Amino acid sequence: MKKITVKICFGTTCFVMGSAYLQDMLETIPVKYGSKVELIPAKCLGLCSKNGEYSKAPYALINEDIIAEATAEKIIKEIEERLQNEN
Amino acid sequence: MKTDNQAVRLKKEILVRLVKSFFSEDFEKNVHYIPYDMRPKGANVPFRCCIYKERAIIKDRLIADLGFAIEEDDERSLLSEYAHKALSRTNNSSKNPLTVLDTACKGCTHSKILVTELCQGCLARSCQSACKFEAIQIINGKSVIDSTKCKNCKMCISACPYNAIVKVSAPCEDFCPVDAIGKDEKGVTKIDFEKCILCGKCIAVCPFAAVHEKSQIIDILKHLKKESKIIAMIAPSIVGQFPGNIYQLKSAMLQIGFSDVFEVAMGADVTIKKEAAELEAKIKSGKKFMTTSCCAAYNELIEKHLPEIKPFVSETKTPLFYTTEIVKEQYPDSIKVFISPCVAKRNEIGKNKDIDYLLNFEELGAIFIAKNIEIEKLKESFFDKESSGNARNFPVSGKVAAAVSKETKNIDAKAFILNNLNKPNISLLKTYAKSGKCNDYNLIEVMCCEGGCINGNSTIAPYKTALKEINKLTNNDK
Repeated sequence: MKKITVKICFGTTCFVMGSAYLQDMLETIPVKYGSKVELIPAKCLGLCSKNGEYSKAPYALINEDIIAEATAEKIIKEIEERLQNEN
Repeated sequence: MKTDNQAVRLKKEILVRLVKSFFSEDFEKNVHYIPYDMRPKGANVPFRCCIYKERAIIKDRLIADLGFAIEEDDERSLLSEYAHKALSRTNNSSKNPLTVLDTACKGCTHSKILVTELCQGCLARSCQSACKFEAIQIINGKSVIDSTKCKNCKMCISACPYNAIVKVSAPCEDFCPVDAIGKDEKGVTKIDFEKCILCGKCIAVCPFAAVHEKSQIIDILKHLKKESKIIAMIAPSIVGQFPGNIYQLKSAMLQIGFSDVFEVAMGADVTIKKEAAELEAKIKSGKKFMTTSCCAAYNELIEKHLPEIKPFVSETKTPLFYTTEIVKEQYPDSIKVFISPCVAKRNEIGKNKDIDYLLNFEELGAIFIAKNIEIEKLKESFFDKESSGNARNFPVSGKVAAAVSKETKNIDAKAFILNNLNKPNISLLKTYAKSGKCNDYNLIEVMCCEGGCINGNSTIAPYKTALKEINKLTNNDK
């Protein structure tokens, strides 16, 4: 099974707009999913300027897919969907 | 408790847009268009009934961010006119720094107990027997509460087997510890500044984000832009509120235009020494206890609602006061800005003629975003003098008392931690003031926010991770 890679952006914009509240996931995700999911805390992914929209921050990347206005709930939902599709 | 939610994010987005407009070629025009940029023609309407209402509320939020009270808005003035006024004013007082947006306020009903349609008119009538105040009558086979007799004890709610009785709430009224917020005769929510202690709870709990701070951000931006001698004094609670460490944060602040940055923890080191000496003297002179005095909301509570506790309150000044004294000496003719986790400090800076403005963490974050500052990529800038770990621990509940206790040499300090200024805790303080003692404790630490300043109403990071970062920093210190 292919590992799911989750990158959460902790650049200044994402951090201030809400990813400060996602720091907790660095601890909870490995406990919950073990080796199935790799969570990488990222320095600025550049998505806020690429999309020209800081207002959609914080951003996360799940494999190659961009998650805008990321919340813990959104990220977990995306992970679960991918895990189900694998099975 | 401060949390991350849509309302908090919306407020931050508006602030970023305001700062971007400020640095644009035409501030007045661009501010005017912010509501239309955020909700353009045909856009989704995420929160309210229609796009016009959303724009109207965004406009009101901007008026508050520009430093004006919505209560004084004539609804005819354009945002560009407000922006012009903000640019040209020389004075923006921090008196009564809260404003309620009647456009954003949902108009929640007064908190009360209500019997819903789910009432089955049962034979048992447990609600009636549970009520000690005889407030429940059965009318047309259903329970009805007499609001003149009901004391909101909620016994009927637990007694009903159908979950038919509920408490309806106005969160601002529920959380205000001093009954300073409520509706006037027209049903509009108002803050009574004779009673308000600026604890900031209404800002944090209103689900519609209808209570706003009247900001001084434009006044500060003006000084940053024209490269005035402007000094930032950062509250110790700033640790963990931004990416990177505090030395990188100092670089970021220098980059946006501050001339120098001081840790308020410096002043906390002075507070610790003075307060410990004062505690020893007070206890030796026969007083049974002393309370700390660094929380601005607590100090306001004493002035407005708890004068009887004054003899027991430490006369030592706040860390911010001592920091300002140090800054004043080094930069006599500077503009001094306190970087704050909470609204309560607006009162304190208003009373200290040496401090010019307050910038809260969210406002500072908006400036970083607007100016594209990547804090973690910056080099570290160190402080002339490192503050102690004890001082840097000040924003954490229990740690002020711990620092003062550690510093006392001739007495055994026993600390009681009063964490959160809510109604029950205020009653406790009243009891201690009346009886002149607090069990066998001799030091009471009072913090308005649960968990300490790292849970202030303008914080960006959650309590847990902020605490972790502070521990990381203070463990490195001796």
